[in-house]
Amino acid sequence: MANPSDRKTGRKSTSEPRAATTGSQPRRVVVDPVTRIEGHLRIEAETDAQGVITRASSSGTMVRGIEIILKGRDPRDAWAFTQRFCGVCTVVHSIASVRAVEYALGHVIPQNAQHIRNLMIAAQYVHDHVMHFYHLHALDWVDVVSALKADPAATAKLQTSLSPWPNNSPDYFGSVQRKLKGFVEGGQLGIFANGYWGHPEYKLPPEVNLLAVAHYLEALAWQRDVVKIHAIFGGKNPHPNFVVGGVPCAISETATATAVNAENLRLVGEVIKKMRTFVDQVYLPDTLAIAGFYKDWATRGEGVGNFLSYGEFPQGIGAAERTTLLFPAGVITNRDLSSVQPVDFEDPTEIQEFVAHSWYQYSTGKQAGLHPYDGETSLDYTGPAPPYEQLDVDKSYSWIKSPRWKGLPVEVGPLARVLVLYASGDLRARGLVDHALGRLGLPIPALFSTLGRIAARTLETKLIADSMAGMHDALMANIASGDLRTFDDVLFDPATWPKKSRGVGMMEAPRGALAHWLTIEDGRIGNYQAVVPSTWNAGPRDAAGREGPYEAALRGHKLKDPTRPLEILRTIHSFDPCLACAVHVIDPDGDELVRVKVL
Amino acid sequence: MEISDDRPSVLDHLRRQGLSRRDFLNWCAYTASILALPPSATPAIAQALSSKPRPSVIWLSIQECTGCSESILRSFEPTLESLIFDQFSLDYHHVLQAAAGLAAEQARDNAIERARGKYVLIVDGGIPLDEVGRYSTTGGKSGRELVRTAARGAALIIAVGTCATYGGIPAAAPNPTGAGGAFDALRDLIEKTEVMAPLINVPGCPPVPEVMTGVVVHFLTFGKPPPLDELRRPVPFFGRTVHDDCPRLPFFNQGLFAKSFDDEGARKGYCLKDLGCKGPTTFNACTTVKWNQRTSFPMYSGHGCLGCAQPKFWDREGGFYGKPF
Repeated sequence: MANPSDRKTGRKSTSEPRAATTGSQPRRVVVDPVTRIEGHLRIEAETDAQGVITRASSSGTMVRGIEIILKGRDPRDAWAFTQRFCGVCTVVHSIASVRAVEYALGHVIPQNAQHIRNLMIAAQYVHDHVMHFYHLHALDWVDVVSALKADPAATAKLQTSLSPWPNNSPDYFGSVQRKLKGFVEGGQLGIFANGYWGHPEYKLPPEVNLLAVAHYLEALAWQRDVVKIHAIFGGKNPHPNFVVGGVPCAISETATATAVNAENLRLVGEVIKKMRTFVDQVYLPDTLAIAGFYKDWATRGEGVGNFLSYGEFPQGIGAAERTTLLFPAGVITNRDLSSVQPVDFEDPTEIQEFVAHSWYQYSTGKQAGLHPYDGETSLDYTGPAPPYEQLDVDKSYSWIKSPRWKGLPVEVGPLARVLVLYASGDLRARGLVDHALGRLGLPIPALFSTLGRIAARTLETKLIADSMAGMHDALMANIASGDLRTFDDVLFDPATWPKKSRGVGMMEAPRGALAHWLTIEDGRIGNYQAVVPSTWNAGPRDAAGREGPYEAALRGHKLKDPTRPLEILRTIHSFDPCLACAVHVIDPDGDELVRVKVL
Repeated sequence: MEISDDRPSVLDHLRRQGLSRRDFLNWCAYTASILALPPSATPAIAQALSSKPRPSVIWLSIQECTGCSESILRSFEPTLESLIFDQFSLDYHHVLQAAAGLAAEQARDNAIERARGKYVLIVDGGIPLDEVGRYSTTGGKSGRELVRTAARGAALIIAVGTCATYGGIPAAAPNPTGAGGAFDALRDLIEKTEVMAPLINVPGCPPVPEVMTGVVVHFLTFGKPPPLDELRRPVPFFGRTVHDDCPRLPFFNQGLFAKSFDDEGARKGYCLKDLGCKGPTTFNACTTVKWNQRTSFPMYSGHGCLGCAQPKFWDREGGFYGKPF
């Protein structure tokens, strides 16, 4: 901290908006870096004299080039490259990639492989959502410094009233508070330095703040154990291993030959129990308890009102098999829960990407929309040279493209999945949603909000955590029946492949609808494109001027203190941004027409 | 690493938090063992961490996937909590930072100013080497400039992950953004001695978490990096190949190889050479320190080593399943 008095409280209010009001021009509030996300996101928001956001612009400010790097490589290697789109959602791009190759080749994987992949995806969801809540999102709602004023005995009483979670004694909360106090008094606040502590939008009583800080720390320890599921089947986390045609882990014949042995399969069951207990006794009750103090956020931050899900946890073992165990595919438009429309991945008019406000050119002009099979990525950086103060948001302002479904911007992610489940009449989902909203005294339309997005994430985590024991049982039963197959090598040799093929691998990632499209020519990748969740959500305005979901969600937010724009963080974080995934890649030559979009 | 006189030491922190000195010494002993130091080094580590205030660590991410940050979140000996709350002061890390926007940048700049010449700079991700910096900006500033500015005041620079060490995946052919590693971005400043801090490379995609933390603890204890090889890698972790300590090595020696990922050989734990394993040419600690609380590592879970800690591993001839070794 800059001076001793700051050390005591951690408060600091010297921040000024990057661009101050000039004459009658609207004030522009810039948040860059948006922290507590994956990657590099910049938000520029114009506000009126009352501090109400009149226009928001979302910009991805980093590109790499992985899709262009993939051109000409062995399609069987693509899962490892695309996995490095993102080390947070470390499983999802590998899965989309192996599915795309399997789809192109008509590959059917063994039943054990499907069960193991489902378990790995489910573990990713639960891990990701809990960490998002506590480590990425909580500090927008939880005032860490206020927790110092809490009564540990009252906090213990609160914990006991919420759930049977055993860490519920006054001594325990006293020790957490002492730890925090030591940290603050030591004068080195580290990752908590300069937070917006004391902001009037923080509404939780000190005891709830202390409870949440305790669970922030507990979740750090919990998450390390959860990923053991990835380590057993994939060898490590982050970035476990996968393979086209199944999974790479043979089921062990002896106690120690491979990680997938009797002892570790039992450990998987234990980890699932540990995950489920934490979700039921900590994450879910905390979400509802905290939400109760922020019901005003059930009418803010809606977004575009259109929602898309590709579906996840396939029942069948063929790559084109679309019957799902948990999340159905479909689109909801204009908040209409009475109908769910189908999605077609091959129809060139359905899923398209636009670059009207992105730093790219299309051969058919900046206004065109292209289906991923026909996509182009041609660099056209027109932004300011760094260092810069602000972007020209009337022109191009992001490395992210603008995907549209039948011309519409759509939101993807937990809220989309829960709405599609709800609209499809799924009884478990309906029961959970109705119960949660009932507890909060909120109507169904409350889901169309920042708070609704957070609640949907928690509720779907419970659905998945509850389903994992069944996935594990199915794997164990199949192994017990004598089926040890985990990999099918019949199509592993490229010499067996057709001269030309193409495929799409779709999945529901924790952050939303994800698909990879690829073409294979003479055993090599001809074209590789990914349209990922945060591209759908974080993209800029399109050719028709329609905002992306982040931008639409922020419009109308009133900033109590524009120098500390906490409200912007709340709504942006409710989407769980993942920017490294979202950004397209550039063309190395600048002018060559490149038929891939690279992340 | 002294920052100011009135700050408590790590041991003071531990005592205030009710942790015992024995816990602390156990942690020091484990760290000494994975650094290949004799048990007699334990008191030195304990002494170093007890007598100094928590040193400042600044973590900058440029063309990253965040896998390196996720990896360090998995560290269990020591845990991340003990690191950032007890041993170090993590003064900037954009994935974990409470503050955002200008307030976050101020926290970073304050830390650079306050601990100038004393902080540890950790860099992950590739760095676009062009001078304009259009491919990666934070707060409107280019990633390359942010790294160069922070490097000038650092006591130690650690490039974590294969991207920050050798360019990694963004630098794979045809390297569309002209990416390189931290050394590439700092080369001229190092030559002009504007950057004096030693630079350590900790490759891996991502690195083993306990390797990253072990290197920092070594530096804090002895005031210098562990012995480095010609690629600036710490020898205690990168002195042997993963093949040298692989449990499948006896099968390799007997000439027994799995031919498919689920044939009988695979189920018996035979060597993965014919499935593309790059273990014999990959220097890393996966088979010794292991992953995720020693649960597994790639070969134990049936897939060959990708060679992810080696320079240019993305561009190796034959890809991951072709040409073995």
